[in-house]
Amino acid sequence: MAETSSSNDIVREENLVYAKTKVLTDNVMHYCPGCGHGTTHRLVAEVIEELGIQSDTIGVAPVGCSVLMYNYMDIDMQEAAHGRAPALATAIKRLLPEKYVFTYQGDGDLAAIGTSETIHACNRGENFTIIFINNGIYGMTGGQMAPTTLPNMKTSTSPYGRDVKMMGNPLKMTELVATLPGTCFVTRQSVHSPANVRKARKAIKKAFEYQNLKQGISFVEIVSNCSSGWKMTPLQSNEWMVENMFPFYPLGDIKIPEVQVEQKEGDVLHNSLNQIDKDSKQVKY
Amino acid sequence: MEEFQLMKGNEAVAEAAIRAGVDGYFGYPITPQSEVMEYLMAAKPHERTGMVVLQAESEVAAINMLYGGAGAGKKVMTSSSSPGISLMQEGLSYIAGAELPCLVVNVVRGGPGLGTIQPSQCDYNQATKGGGHGDYHLIVLAPASVQEMADFVTVCFDLAFKYRNPTLILSDGAIGQMMEKVKFAEQKPRLTKAPKWATTGKTPDRERNIHTSLDLDPSRHEKFNEKLIRKYKEIEEKEVRYEKILCDDAEYLFVAYGTSSRICQKSIQLAREGGIKVGLFRPITLWPYPKKEIRAMTNQIKGILTVEMSAGQMIEDVLLSVEGKVKVAHYGRTGGMIPTPEEIVEALKQKISGG
Ligand SMILES: Cc1ncc(C[n+]2csc(CCOP(=O)(O)OP(=O)(O)O)c2C)c(N)n1
Ligand code: SF4
Ligand SMILES: [Mg+2]
Repeated sequence: MAETSSSNDIVREENLVYAKTKVLTDNVMHYCPGCGHGTTHRLVAEVIEELGIQSDTIGVAPVGCSVLMYNYMDIDMQEAAHGRAPALATAIKRLLPEKYVFTYQGDGDLAAIGTSETIHACNRGENFTIIFINNGIYGMTGGQMAPTTLPNMKTSTSPYGRDVKMMGNPLKMTELVATLPGTCFVTRQSVHSPANVRKARKAIKKAFEYQNLKQGISFVEIVSNCSSGWKMTPLQSNEWMVENMFPFYPLGDIKIPEVQVEQKEGDVLHNSLNQIDKDSKQVKY
Repeated sequence: MEEFQLMKGNEAVAEAAIRAGVDGYFGYPITPQSEVMEYLMAAKPHERTGMVVLQAESEVAAINMLYGGAGAGKKVMTSSSSPGISLMQEGLSYIAGAELPCLVVNVVRGGPGLGTIQPSQCDYNQATKGGGHGDYHLIVLAPASVQEMADFVTVCFDLAFKYRNPTLILSDGAIGQMMEKVKFAEQKPRLTKAPKWATTGKTPDRERNIHTSLDLDPSRHEKFNEKLIRKYKEIEEKEVRYEKILCDDAEYLFVAYGTSSRICQKSIQLAREGGIKVGLFRPITLWPYPKKEIRAMTNQIKGILTVEMSAGQMIEDVLLSVEGKVKVAHYGRTGGMIPTPEEIVEALKQKISGG
């Protein structure tokens, strides 16, 4: 009894340093412990809350571990067929051009079965955001090789390691879409440490804000872990990711918009757009 | 009052779509239906009604654009021909599973494979028996004229939104390409008020809208399938459409749809000149199929010849309809060949009526 009342004393509005965003539902996530999907969901939800765009946002969930994303986000969502999220998002955004639209896709979804939809949405310069979770593996189906699987990496369909002569080289979709004039913002982030989470959150926020520029796709890759698929503990998987994934998939902005938005008075979104652009370096293609 | 215009079936679908207040067309070129998108692009529907027209990178993308647009509560459509429609089957299954409305036009050409660009009716089974995976149905209408190509756009969207189900116009290369006179309805406004299930952004006054076909709990998923089955039953009871031509005194019957039904009308004339009293039963909805209505004809007739530009696909539905009461035979041409009226009369004599 005494304990309960004392903790209630502490949990007061003015003492709170963190609160779960209202844009996440109370449903218990089904992700494995330590999986980057959960953290990334939270970041997307927090950004939607911060920008105040919950009632103007439509998300498209993929087929992959995050297929049930719509259970966790308190926003309108559609669940696409495997790989097709960018096609759905294309139509949603074209038919509702004032709304914020995003897809959330795994590497099997975006870099294998949905390569065509992804590249063409980017090439047409559709004005939505793609959140790309690259864990180098097919998590949902039990750890098979993905196009993003590293050379020599063991998966259930490359049990002796990915032999690039036989199985091809890992595909860097993010660098690839950055070459297209239809993308305006392309960045690679991770969510394995508090500092990286903060950076990733900033990137996701920019990506949503850049939809207002109407200069094309804003594309955020999150290099992520899959402890189950990689057959490691969550901690090991993060260490392995830092040592092996990051050298091949280096973090940072690859492309940022060329044109600054004209600042309109009282326009919170545009003000913050100009603010966050200051700490981005620009690479031109 | 608007005048008649002379137009191809494919162009008529396109003009009718603009006038029906369609919000979005997404397609990929394929003969013999490329005129649909060509007409739309030239007609600048964006200026006329605000309609979005987009050339997709594939039929796979096009059908999934329909899924997205339909989910957003919009009137969306595509058109293609057989190989392209095959690519759309996964998407159609998802749209049916998510219970969303849309219109797909199949201007059928000969198959299998790349086949031929000439007209055919060889996609009947794909259109009416599923095509994609899972227990679902499309509502399928078969036009027999350029006028019906135009009229069925509105009919299909009404049905699609009434039942939240994908609809299909099953046409063929002949109707798509031939020119006939056609009269269009007045311009309708595009939908302004989103249906309550549309994903337009979750406002504080409602729960979030989700479109999915996934349910990992089998008992719940069975309940969902049962709901679909009830919906399909209701459609079968209420939405059957057909036409009977010279059936009152008929002793024999042609059952044919689309282009074949047009040719059969000439065959009726020839057969009757030769003393064979034959009529035509033309199913307009291929799903739901007019089973009861064909069965009712068996009290009066001695035999049925189904005429299809296929190896004999619809005949199975006719056989199921008549339950063995009368003799049923099939006459068809394949590979893009079109039967002549004379051939059909000859087949009627040989297979059904004798003489
Ligand atoms: C057409 C189709 N093919 C295959 C599958 C099976 N499948 C489901 S998820 C998946 C791979 C998911 O991997 P990824 O996109 O990397 O997502 P992750 O689970 O790793 O987050 C596959 C192959 C499917 N659902 N649909
Ligand atoms: S299988 Fe991998 S990607 Fe899926 S939830 Fe588990 S850790 Fe995450
Ligand atoms: Mg993956």
